[in-house]
Amino acid sequence: MPEKPLRVLIAKPGLDGHDRGAKVIARALRDAGMEVIYTGLRQTPEMIAEAALQEDVDAIGLSILSGAHMALVPRVLELLRAQGQGHVPVLVGGIIPDEDVPALKAAGVAGVFGPGTSTEAIIKAFREASRAAAEGA
Amino acid sequence: MSLAERVLNGERLALARLLTLIENETPEGLEALAAIYSHTGRAHRVGVTGAPGTGKSTLVNQLALHLRRAGDEAPTVAIVAVDPSSPFSGGAILGDRIRMRDLAGDRGVFIRSMASRGALGGVARATAAIVEALDAAGFDIIIIETVGAGQAEVDIARTAHTTVVVDAPGLGDDVQAIKAGILEIADVLVVNKSDLPGAENTLRALRSALRLAHPQAREEEGEAVWVPPVLATVATRGEGIGELAAAIGKHRSHLLGSGQMAAREEARVRSELEALLREHLMRRFLSAQPDGRFDAVVQKVLARELAPTEAIRRLLEEQDEG
Ligand SMILES: Nc1nc2c(ncn2[C@@H]2O[C@H](COP(=O)(O)OP(=O)(O)OP(=O)(O)O)[C@@H](O)[C@H]2O)c(=O)[nH]1
Ligand SMILES: [Mg+2]
Repeated sequence: MPEKPLRVLIAKPGLDGHDRGAKVIARALRDAGMEVIYTGLRQTPEMIAEAALQEDVDAIGLSILSGAHMALVPRVLELLRAQGQGHVPVLVGGIIPDEDVPALKAAGVAGVFGPGTSTEAIIKAFREASRAAAEGA
Repeated sequence: MSLAERVLNGERLALARLLTLIENETPEGLEALAAIYSHTGRAHRVGVTGAPGTGKSTLVNQLALHLRRAGDEAPTVAIVAVDPSSPFSGGAILGDRIRMRDLAGDRGVFIRSMASRGALGGVARATAAIVEALDAAGFDIIIIETVGAGQAEVDIARTAHTTVVVDAPGLGDDVQAIKAGILEIADVLVVNKSDLPGAENTLRALRSALRLAHPQAREEEGEAVWVPPVLATVATRGEGIGELAAAIGKHRSHLLGSGQMAAREEARVRSELEALLREHLMRRFLSAQPDGRFDAVVQKVLARELAPTEAIRRLLEEQDEG
């Protein structure tokens, strides 16, 4: 029997206005055989955590262009931990200044991807982070 | 505490986990479902189906909001949104939650997306099992959204008590739903996007098609015959939602009052057991076959040396002898 597809959540927290990048990633992950729960624009950390719980996802991708990542990402991680999903890997894509990356990783982010990252690299990161989480659980 | 106990205890994370295990048809999931099965049978199950983009998710969002506004009496609502898997990659984009953001933060609502995962008949079975789990977890109303209109949708509709078929003007073909034979399964018909031009035509087309699909409805009106109402809604503005909720409630009362609920439930359980039995017998049969025999028969039929009925007869005879 083939392995069950990974279920991932792609969310767009914050107030910036378009989700082209997030949609491109969602499609690439689908084409890589994943089931992508896509929640659309302007998600609060609470909405993201709630969707992650109800959908029991293997990994979460956050697309952030607004510059608010230092506020949004740790909040999502905190909510996940509080609801017993601290093991679910969170990957962040978008416009993230280099100097913020260490802090995000220290907060528990499994990967950070700038605008130039290839879709292959992103697919690989989702697969590996999900596998590592499943083995650690 | 076991997973089943945690689900019955109202733990949402445990429920979400159970749904995954059921969807993946793991032994652990099936065992937990069996353990909670005696708690099922309370929920009213509402199927919502129709062509892509007719506004089903927007409508489900509004319907759930409406139901949840009933104060202390408000029923809890679970939503299962099924989207097709890509036949090429096996992946899927499950985007129905985009239209359901108004429901965020309400603990009386639980939304679960699922992909159809291709296997013929498999979606309907997995969906039915997931609905059972949500029922046991105590949700009063379970709404199942599927994109019509193939056999899978008809099968899923069969597991619902009330099936709402959603149409919209401007699909280029007003009788799309009718052609697909989905009209026969409708208990309530909705023309959504009634703010758009052509809505009147769609309403008219559906009403006349309905008279063809339910010829008995005219003669036996007043008897215990359900005549599916045709409703106009504008889901984006929440218009017509009260009427939709009322029609669903009325249909439920009709099912209960006429004895049809019991009949539907029996038919559902019967066909579910038949499907399971078929599958188990087949698996048992195939595993009892010596390696390669089934494949050899397939090749013979392929080469037209053997007719399919003859092939089956031989396989069964050899099995009986062995
Ligand atoms: N004008 C108008 N647009 C609507 C109405 N209801 C929904 N829409 C729009 O129709 C589009 C599709 O809505 P959805 O609710 O996603 O439709 P759906 O049937 O769930 O779509 P699929 O799940 O992809 O089949 C969205 O852009 C909605 O805003 C309505 O009553 N009037
Ligand atoms: Mg939808």
